[in-house]
Amino acid sequence: MALDQSFVGRTYPPTAPYEVGREKIREFADAVGEANPAFTDPEAAKAFGYSDVIAPPTFVFSITFRAAGQVIEDPQLGLDYSRVVHGDQKFAYSRPVRAGDRLTVTSTIEAIKSLAGNDILDIRGEVHDEAGEHVVTAWTKLVARAAEEA
Amino acid sequence: MTAKIAYDDVEVGTELPAQTFPVTRETLVRYAGASGDFNPIHWNEKFAKEVGLPDVIAHGMFTMAEAVRVVTDWTGDPGAVVEYGVRFTKPVVVPNDDKGALIEVSGKVAAKLDDNTVRVDLTATSGGQKVLGMSRAVVRLA
Repeated sequence: MALDQSFVGRTYPPTAPYEVGREKIREFADAVGEANPAFTDPEAAKAFGYSDVIAPPTFVFSITFRAAGQVIEDPQLGLDYSRVVHGDQKFAYSRPVRAGDRLTVTSTIEAIKSLAGNDILDIRGEVHDEAGEHVVTAWTKLVARAAEEA
Repeated sequence: MTAKIAYDDVEVGTELPAQTFPVTRETLVRYAGASGDFNPIHWNEKFAKEVGLPDVIAHGMFTMAEAVRVVTDWTGDPGAVVEYGVRFTKPVVVPNDDKGALIEVSGKVAAKLDDNTVRVDLTATSGGQKVLGMSRAVVRLA
C-alpha cells in the first residue's frame, strides 16, 4: 500500500544527545580496517588540526539511522520495515565528528514516492553539536519492496 | 600536517591508488558490533536465504566505509571529506569459507571545484559486479 504523501516535510523532534567516545571511534575504525592515527591517537589528530580524535566519515550513520527509527517505526506512516532495503546514502559535512561531541539528530521526511509498487522514502538527518552548530547532514533513501502477489 | 595532495598537482582524470578490501564473516560480525547493525542478513545464512538472498551479504554501509578509504588514504587527512554519497546497486555476497569476498575500489578525479576541493568518482566491484553506483566524494586538498 502506498505511503501517505501528507508525511512529506514532517520533521520529528531532535533526539537526546549521543556522546561520541574515543573508544567507540577506535572500535569502528578497527572494524572497517582504518589505520590512520587521526582516529585513535589524540596527538596525531591534533597534528591535523583537530582538538581530539575524529571519526571515519561513515561513523555517524549509526547515529542518524537510529534517529531515523522515529520515522521508520512511526505507526501512522506504516512502513513495512521487513521489506526495506537501503537504496542510497549521502553525507555533507561541515566538520568531521570527533570524540567528545554530543550530537543530536533532527529527522525530516524529504520525499515519498511509489514506483512499481515499491515505496521509496527519503529521510534527511541534520546533526548538530551541543553548541547548536551544524556538523553533518545525512540523506538516507529506503526502499520498501512491493509485497509479492499471494 | 594537512592533506598531502595539493590541489594544484591534480587534474581531471588523475587516478587514485586502487585498493582491494577483503571481507569475511568475521569482518561482518565485527562491523555489526561496531555499528550496531545486527540485521541477520549480515551473519545468518539460513535467514539470508529465507528472504531470497544467495547467501549472507555485507552491510552496504561497510562497503561505503571501505570505498572512501581510497580517498582518505590518498589525501592523508581523513577529516577532509566534504561530501560523500553512494547508491547500493548490488550486494557483496560473503560465503562462509576461508576466503570470503573482495571489494575492489578505484577512483579518479572527475572535477576540480571551488575552495581547493575536487570531486572523486569511485568504482567498487565484487565478484565482477558493480556494487556501488553514483559513488562520489568531494574532498578538500592542500
